[in-house]
Amino acid sequence: MKEEGIELIKDGKRLDGRGFEELRPMKIEVGVLKRADGSCYFEIGNNKALAAVYGPREMHPRHLQNAKTAVVTYRYNMAPFSVDDRKRPGPDRRSVEISKVSRDALDPVILTEYYPKTAIDIYVELLQSDAGTRTAGINAASVALADAGIPMRDIVSSVAVGKIDGEVVLDLNAAEDNHGEADMPMAMVTRTGTITMLQMDGRLTKDEFERGLKLATNACREIYELQRTALIEKYSESVGGGEE
Amino acid sequence: MYKVVVPGDLVSEEVARAGDGTYVDDGKVYAMKYGIVHDKGEIKVVALTGKYMPTNGDIVIGKIIEISFPFWIVDIASPYEARLHTSEFSRGTERRMDFGSMSAHLDLGDLIVAKVLNVDALMRVDLALMDEFRIGDQEGRLVEISHTKVPRVIGRSGSMIKMLKEKCNCFIFIAKNGRIWIKGREENINLALQAVLMIDNEAHTSGLTDRVEHFLDQSCKKKRMESK
Repeated sequence: MKEEGIELIKDGKRLDGRGFEELRPMKIEVGVLKRADGSCYFEIGNNKALAAVYGPREMHPRHLQNAKTAVVTYRYNMAPFSVDDRKRPGPDRRSVEISKVSRDALDPVILTEYYPKTAIDIYVELLQSDAGTRTAGINAASVALADAGIPMRDIVSSVAVGKIDGEVVLDLNAAEDNHGEADMPMAMVTRTGTITMLQMDGRLTKDEFERGLKLATNACREIYELQRTALIEKYSESVGGGEE
Repeated sequence: MYKVVVPGDLVSEEVARAGDGTYVDDGKVYAMKYGIVHDKGEIKVVALTGKYMPTNGDIVIGKIIEISFPFWIVDIASPYEARLHTSEFSRGTERRMDFGSMSAHLDLGDLIVAKVLNVDALMRVDLALMDEFRIGDQEGRLVEISHTKVPRVIGRSGSMIKMLKEKCNCFIFIAKNGRIWIKGREENINLALQAVLMIDNEAHTSGLTDRVEHFLDQSCKKKRMESK
């Protein structure tokens, strides 16, 4: 994967001036969409993700209903203008796969048995992309799920690690992803340490893998704190006057 | 001061007190919903958002969306539709209702006040009619807010609703599923509507009853000035 003539690390710093174990700057906002039951806008570096959650609502078509649990659907979609070359709109092989793994990353924390026969629909739109969009989408979606009042065990946080110029680094950007040696996105429940998604593109040695996992775990904690704070701040202005 | 929690937050270590909106994992109690902790007796997490789930005995306002003999299918602002059996009308009489006469009693789009009789494991919801069940076409207006905010519209031991009724001089009926029926003179309805929407927007803030009262007093004063 490595190409000649591109130096991704200079004087111990990465192209955008970050250290090896540094996340890109993040921004998060809860409840940005009025029509959705729950929503969240999440930015990490140049990635901009918007998540909307609808439901639980009646499942259509009926034959896909599950008599005992709610069915969770997830749609990952990149806007045509989210990348340098226009992305042809609509689902493709890549986004169908990402939708599937993202759904599976969130499904273990959702207590679907509380809403039999219903559907919980998650829509994630990427407005701007700069590598690591599936992780940005999962972060946004899990906050949007909480905002929709859906019973969950935990909030999922997600980040990618990778290898560039022989070094294991956190949260790759597009240049690093394209010209680096490996990219490994993961999603986890920070409280229990349960990993709900783990993918790898490229090669890492066992040692590098373990180092990367540790890096990602710490980064997920950082992201989790941000997600939690955003939710709590939405209702921070002196909650409840004791009238309930 | 209430505490806001997100799913997965530790709320207590006393497993025996775990109540609604919490789950137990590894001997500790965690929040299951994004909401407010209530720590009286049982530890509960009351959701700030979410869909209405019917429970036995709830009084709801429903809308007839389908007639499928021998039931009316009723939308109750929930993920689940409810059904109302024809026997609700022929109770005490020998006569049975047939398909053709169903729409004469209740037609598509009609609004009713009903009580949730039973919810089974498959989430089939059965309704029973209340004595005063019919909401006529010309009788006021219906607003829909999140069911999680219903307790705020009622207020502690009914303080908010009592104040609303007095100041607006309206008949106000609040159903468990977040639908509110307001009946009265047109300008009074508008005032009550504004107050309800204000409560809906600011449900999580303190001193709300006083602020709503202040708002209503101001509006009334302004109206009196205008009419002079």
